[in-house]
Amino acid sequence: MAFKAAVITFPGSNCDRDMAVAIEAVSGEPAIRVWHGDAQLPEGLDFIALPGGFSYGDYLRSGAMAAKSPILRAVVAAAERGVPVLGVCNGFQVLTESGLLPGALMRNAGQRFICRTVELEVANTTSLFTNGFESGQSLRIPVAHHDGNYFADDATLDALESEDRVAFRYVQNANGSRRNIAGVLSANGRVLGMMPHPERAIMPAAHASMGGADGRAIFQNVISGLVAAA
Amino acid sequence: MKVRILVRLKPGVLDPQGRAVHHSLDSLGFEGVEDVRIGRMIEMEVADGTSDETLTKMCEQLLANMVIEDFAIEKLDGEKEPA
Repeated sequence: MAFKAAVITFPGSNCDRDMAVAIEAVSGEPAIRVWHGDAQLPEGLDFIALPGGFSYGDYLRSGAMAAKSPILRAVVAAAERGVPVLGVCNGFQVLTESGLLPGALMRNAGQRFICRTVELEVANTTSLFTNGFESGQSLRIPVAHHDGNYFADDATLDALESEDRVAFRYVQNANGSRRNIAGVLSANGRVLGMMPHPERAIMPAAHASMGGADGRAIFQNVISGLVAAA
Repeated sequence: MKVRILVRLKPGVLDPQGRAVHHSLDSLGFEGVEDVRIGRMIEMEVADGTSDETLTKMCEQLLANMVIEDFAIEKLDGEKEPA
């Protein structure tokens, strides 16, 4: 199966190339690059990625403007048809602003931009993105954000937990996220938003303190899950 | 018509910015500051007939994030225009 993925670029996106490189490295197929002003997505997509960065300069709120851009209407429609969507960092912010995922990402509790590799614990092992993992498995993936403090009210958080929709948790909570949440799934498990950057962890780096390949598995899970379903 | 929208964090939502500013006010020696919360003010010039319903929709769909924020709409007449 030819894996047909699209990476959406907004003005101010800066991880779009990394995302496209990661998808190609894992799937062997080049990702289609889509510009925010396009009203339509390519036909027959298997996967859509919303990359990190500072879409529209974070004007108003992080992700708020991108969530109202023409292409996002197409992304929401595709997600509602069941096309898997991954939003990383700013992409996660866009997903919450668009209503595809619950909650909001607020300024880090410590006010500072955080840029380092963090340890995550896998919480959900049944979704398309996480079904290759074991519960409680540890992943090391970089974060780089100022607005990564996940907020939702208690009723929403309780529902997310009871529906097994928390994908990843921080082992050490650096940004103030409620219940240590680092990644959240949609009700059907086919939309994942996460602050850490799996596309920055797809190959072992020359130095042990940098990079790592733990993010690669998330892309592999998606691709092998879609192949199995095809 | 000039309209002023105040967007504020909902009660109960922690405001790290407000807390940092509160701390700075304390360290500057200002006493008696109980709490600081930071919001956003948006001023718009809109057509005179713009309905409250339309203004509310603007807030709900874009200007405020209803997960974490409340908004208040204030219509300003010409004489009370801000400087």
